[in-house]
Amino acid sequence: MGPAPEVNHWAEAAMIAAVVLCSTTGEVLTAAAMKSIGDLDEVRAHSGMKGAIRAVVTCPLFFAGVGFLALAFFSLLFALNHLPLSLVAPASASLTLVTNAIAAKIFLKENVDRRRWTAAVLVCIGVYLLTH
Amino acid sequence: MAHEKLKLNQYAILAVVSVSAPLGDTLLDRGMSRMPAISLAHAGALVAAVFTPWVIAGIALLICFFASYITALSWADLTYVLPATAFGNVLVALLSRFWLHEQISLSRWVGIALITVGVGFVAQGPSLTERPAVEGSR
Repeated sequence: MGPAPEVNHWAEAAMIAAVVLCSTTGEVLTAAAMKSIGDLDEVRAHSGMKGAIRAVVTCPLFFAGVGFLALAFFSLLFALNHLPLSLVAPASASLTLVTNAIAAKIFLKENVDRRRWTAAVLVCIGVYLLTH
Repeated sequence: MAHEKLKLNQYAILAVVSVSAPLGDTLLDRGMSRMPAISLAHAGALVAAVFTPWVIAGIALLICFFASYITALSWADLTYVLPATAFGNVLVALLSRFWLHEQISLSRWVGIALITVGVGFVAQGPSLTERPAVEGSR
């Protein structure tokens, strides 16, 4: 079995961008779905485990989120098949933290204050250094 | 009421999210890097890859991750859960250093320090954005 053929920088960027965009869209949609359902611990306390599972699987937004996360997963498999983990993991993990913070502020109206921005940037650089 | 302080079981769920994600990704990498290159013309081979042992083990861990992740998202903000759970990368690095006796470069130690400080920052703040009360519910 030979090594994977070399890919140019544009193809590398496109593969990583696909992982980051699909992942961010999926995470924001999933977070919106879970907020619309409410605290799962409380749902389980009132309706039991079946009630909690029913609340999740009957939420259309949840399936939209899972669909994009599945796309992100297959994009990741595809990228890992062509590029080294040392490139894909730090780039996608660190970029996703920043794109999620931006998307959560715009679409989920989360209070991304200075503390959260600082945390996102520190963790972003930290994940890059750690996984590179 | 804002859920400013998390309960012990909620911290446990964040810990499961932290550990299962990086371990699952590592297993997926191990499975995919042992396969021949897959082209877009034969994208169906990606589905076949799902049924190889390393990828199955990785997917099992990622299912654990996802169940605990959506639970966490039901009582905490996305911008709280994501940085907080990045601490799993630190745990994996420390395990590889002290259990597998792998060397950790200076840049990785800096990365560990930055993630730890970042997680400390976000953990000090509220876990959920306070929403104004809905009219009529007061």
